[in-house]
Amino acid sequence: MANTLYNKHIISIPELSRDELALIVATAGELKARPNPTLLKNKVIASCFFEASTRTRLSFETAIQRLGGSVIGFPDGGNTSSGKKGETLADSVRVISSYVDGFVMRHPKEGAARLASEFSEGVPVVNGGDGANQHPTQTLLDLFSIYETQGRLDNLNIAMVGDLKYGRTVHSLTQALSKFEGNRFFYIAPDALAMPEHLLDELTAAGHPYSLHSSITDVVPELDVLYMTRVQKERFDESEYAHIKAAFILNAAMLRDAKPNMKVMHPLPRVDEITVDVDKTPHAYYFEQAENGVYAREALLALVLNEQVEGVAQ
Amino acid sequence: MSTDNKLQVEAICHGTVIDHIPAHIGFKILNLFQMHGSDQRITIGLNLPSSALGSKDLIKIENVVISEDQASQLALYAPQATVNQIEDYQVVAKLPLTLPEVIQGVFRCPNSNCIAHGEPAVDSSFRVLSEADDVKLRCKYCEKVFSREIMTERH
Repeated sequence: MANTLYNKHIISIPELSRDELALIVATAGELKARPNPTLLKNKVIASCFFEASTRTRLSFETAIQRLGGSVIGFPDGGNTSSGKKGETLADSVRVISSYVDGFVMRHPKEGAARLASEFSEGVPVVNGGDGANQHPTQTLLDLFSIYETQGRLDNLNIAMVGDLKYGRTVHSLTQALSKFEGNRFFYIAPDALAMPEHLLDELTAAGHPYSLHSSITDVVPELDVLYMTRVQKERFDESEYAHIKAAFILNAAMLRDAKPNMKVMHPLPRVDEITVDVDKTPHAYYFEQAENGVYAREALLALVLNEQVEGVAQ
Repeated sequence: MSTDNKLQVEAICHGTVIDHIPAHIGFKILNLFQMHGSDQRITIGLNLPSSALGSKDLIKIENVVISEDQASQLALYAPQATVNQIEDYQVVAKLPLTLPEVIQGVFRCPNSNCIAHGEPAVDSSFRVLSEADDVKLRCKYCEKVFSREIMTERH
């Protein structure tokens, strides 16, 4: 396929087509197998973190440098002089875009990346997370990890566990996987943190089956992917949390009936929602998943900033 | 009934009559069209009897012709309203109230963490999502979806 991602802003998962998602995943696989240190040669990329996020920033900056690009930017917008002086985001973006070939940004306000794309004068903007809204590169690395472990992105049984109400990663992953055929979703959450209705409606409209559950062990034998997220203790009173802990915290014994191919994923950082005994099981994949963040971001930046990426079927 | 209305709200020679507005929505519509600062003569009828609605509001604006775009925005508040353009005391056109695809610069995003707040260079912008009778608006920036009621009640 043609590289339709060239010069495109990457703001929100629903805006990426199935073919574009598949192209990014294929390119990430290529770059993991055969590193290419020239794809961003002579490119300068802004890595502007108006809100601190260590893992996302470091993996973006690693990706840029591994492809031969240069990085400018800041790790925390609160410490910039423009931030302290109260410059609007629109003005900051106008100025920084004039220095660079690509613009990676994270911002605590929802919609910041979309706004940046309107003021970047054609310089492609990559959303590194905008408040509780979107975090598309997390979803891309999740997809790459699923493909890497299962060999496909369709006909999968995927469970998502934890804070499904506020968790942007599970929202975006649902939207991305719903673009592929035959996927079945299992949502496991306390009632107070259930998946938003409008996303379930989208699944129904796209013809994907889903079901709601209150226990991980009920569905483990059916799963290819068990995607864990954190249930924030502070959302519940003490006795409620004690009950929730039993149902929504994963330990190794709960994986006894899992299929051999089943992988446990997590966007990290984990607190106590996956006990450390899971780390030693063949199902644990969250640290490899985090490493894959570099390859997924390499792939995305390479495709956005090059009309053609050699070695990748296009 | 029409005789009663004529007695209660005087006819206008030239301008726009917005009729069949659900009761209590009239002031919001004045606000929507920024009519409170207008120099034109505006006649407002509140809680008028209506065979269709029980009670209704009605607005007559002298010398102001509402465009189809403006009428589309009105559709969000009062889908059953009628907008008549008046010339020489006669109705010369009835504007259709069809929901617009996008509503720009009218509503403030209810999400307080949306970047659209506090950025003077951008207007709020919402895509109208309409399914059967259910109308929702999705903010272009924060991508959150809000019901018609949330948007119109806050305005």
